[in-house]
Amino acid sequence: MDFSYIDAIHAALNDSLRDDDRVFLYGQDIGKFGGAFKATKGLQDLYPGRVLDAPISEDAMAGVAMGAALEGMRPVLEMQFADFSTIALNQIVNHAATHFYRTGVPVPMTVRLPSGGTPGSGPFHSQSLEAIYASFPGLVVVTPATVADAYQMLVESIQLEDPVIFCEHKFLYRWLKSSTLQGDGLPIGKARITRAGKHATVVTYSAMVHEAVRAAEMLYDEGGWEIEVVDLRSIKPIDTDTVIASVARTGRLLAVGEAFPWGGVTAEIVSRVAADAFHLLDAPPARLNARDTPIPYHPKLWADHRPTPQTIAASLRNLLKY
Amino acid sequence: MIPLVPVTREDRIDRNDLSGVREDLPRIYLAMLRARVLEDKLSSLYKAGKIVGGVYLGRGHEAVSGSLASYLHRGIDIFAPLIRDQAGRTAFGESLMDVTRTYLGSVEGPMKGRDGNIHRGRPQEGMPAMISHLGSSVALVAGMLMARRMQGRLEGVVGATSLGDGATSTGAFHEGLNTAAVEKLPMVVLVVNNQFAYSTGNDRQFACADLVDRARGYGVAGHKVQGNDLIAVAETMKKAVSAARDGGGPQLVVADLLRLCGHGEHDDASYVPAEMRASGLARDCMQVAEGQLIDAGVFSRSQLDEMRAQAVAEVQSAVAQTQQESAPHPHHDDWRTMYHGELEE
Repeated sequence: MDFSYIDAIHAALNDSLRDDDRVFLYGQDIGKFGGAFKATKGLQDLYPGRVLDAPISEDAMAGVAMGAALEGMRPVLEMQFADFSTIALNQIVNHAATHFYRTGVPVPMTVRLPSGGTPGSGPFHSQSLEAIYASFPGLVVVTPATVADAYQMLVESIQLEDPVIFCEHKFLYRWLKSSTLQGDGLPIGKARITRAGKHATVVTYSAMVHEAVRAAEMLYDEGGWEIEVVDLRSIKPIDTDTVIASVARTGRLLAVGEAFPWGGVTAEIVSRVAADAFHLLDAPPARLNARDTPIPYHPKLWADHRPTPQTIAASLRNLLKY
Repeated sequence: MIPLVPVTREDRIDRNDLSGVREDLPRIYLAMLRARVLEDKLSSLYKAGKIVGGVYLGRGHEAVSGSLASYLHRGIDIFAPLIRDQAGRTAFGESLMDVTRTYLGSVEGPMKGRDGNIHRGRPQEGMPAMISHLGSSVALVAGMLMARRMQGRLEGVVGATSLGDGATSTGAFHEGLNTAAVEKLPMVVLVVNNQFAYSTGNDRQFACADLVDRARGYGVAGHKVQGNDLIAVAETMKKAVSAARDGGGPQLVVADLLRLCGHGEHDDASYVPAEMRASGLARDCMQVAEGQLIDAGVFSRSQLDEMRAQAVAEVQSAVAQTQQESAPHPHHDDWRTMYHGELEE
């Protein structure tokens, strides 16, 4: 039997509810309806009283989760789309994220953000907000790219004592499949070498891991280039050691992300490598992000808004030519 | 559905019948007095340059804040105070040293110098540490109560929070109160309309005739009281807390009064018009309370004087001890932002 990425999310929620009475789910339409993406389908029947529909009040949802966490529960919030979590920004970044530093009392809550673009979803159902959350102290921000990571990292996130922003990619929900939910057991905070190589390193995360692997295959086919692909898995903390070790092998760095280009994860990667491992670089480090516009509705515009295997390959060719 | 409870207006209390609250008045007044004396000292320390940042007083709010928390039980209930709730904090059992240590930045305090002034609490003892973003405590308390419901320990519990007229304009207030109403939680939301949100008056803050009118819209019970009248306030808080405890769902209490100080001690409140300063709203709840207590034979003037002298001595002692304690040191603070230190960058 194959598991899709959304199956992995569902299984992680189910297993967490089954194994830990402190876990409860809270979000819009997640009860009988099973959630906009069916991540919670059937769970309300299995765990009555612990899968609760919320009003359309993202700020209050996050406040409720924080309060429940302080009282010993393990809330898992579902934001219907990552985009709507901006309404909850205050409760998450000012209230929950500061709490341990201020009081010494941790806030074990997980906020699931269905993130990233899909064709036709437009400006308000497509955004990748991981960097915004990562810029505030006190939060863990994870961005699983594989089915097994989606399962394992969600289970792990729910068990952490600190607030976690769990960025799950909507584009991967249905098409990404695996025969198993069991992964390699890498903990949150460790990156993975998804594809080994020696000519250049692509550092990326979430759905862009798969686009980067496609670009690497294209370059291998056209010239025998061996591109290493690093999947960050979590962007806070960032596993700088694994990134620098890869750059030490290849001498060339391209950071790829689906988010907007100003600042963000790719800028962080480039700045860390430039500052800490400048001597390892044989070419100026490069970045590739989405365009600096709202995310367009039409699939033809959308496909050109975010990095693609073609644009990643083009950036790599420039890097390899230097 | 929670049945709609008519809005009650307690501004015509029969002064001859204190039977409902008579036994509660001494402890409420003591919390008010301790808060007032403490805050007078904090103001002096600020003006003497001993407190960095700001000092935010609850002068004029003591009766409402202290009454609400006097009907709550530490260890059972939840009290989420805001900026002007020293009396409520004191009534809920906050130690004097928590206050002086946080204001003076002692490393021994609950916030260890990492946060200051009114941004303090004991979240594991039912008193969350407020943030400055108004309205955020409403959903927080709702979530605390929902957790207890899931854990099977909600029976007999009340969660209360305190806000001002300005906070009612936030989305957080609306989302939080609506959520509490949907969940039918045993909650008291106190809105103290002290006429000014910093310098902005009611006419630029809301357009409804009275904030308590919003109770119906949320499907919660509403209570209205003159906030500087101790007996009326005590009656109202007792009724609201009991109603919440007995399954009546969220209770919105709106208390009118005038803030008898600036927003902070840096603010001279020159925007308060003279006619308002001369109105009934400006009556100091401490003086009103003392008159009521003497008239009712609860305390004599000399007893009140004695209580005040004792409160002054307690505050002096706490400040003196705190001033001998260490300030936080950047080399000694571990700067940890997360429980899982291994996940910090």
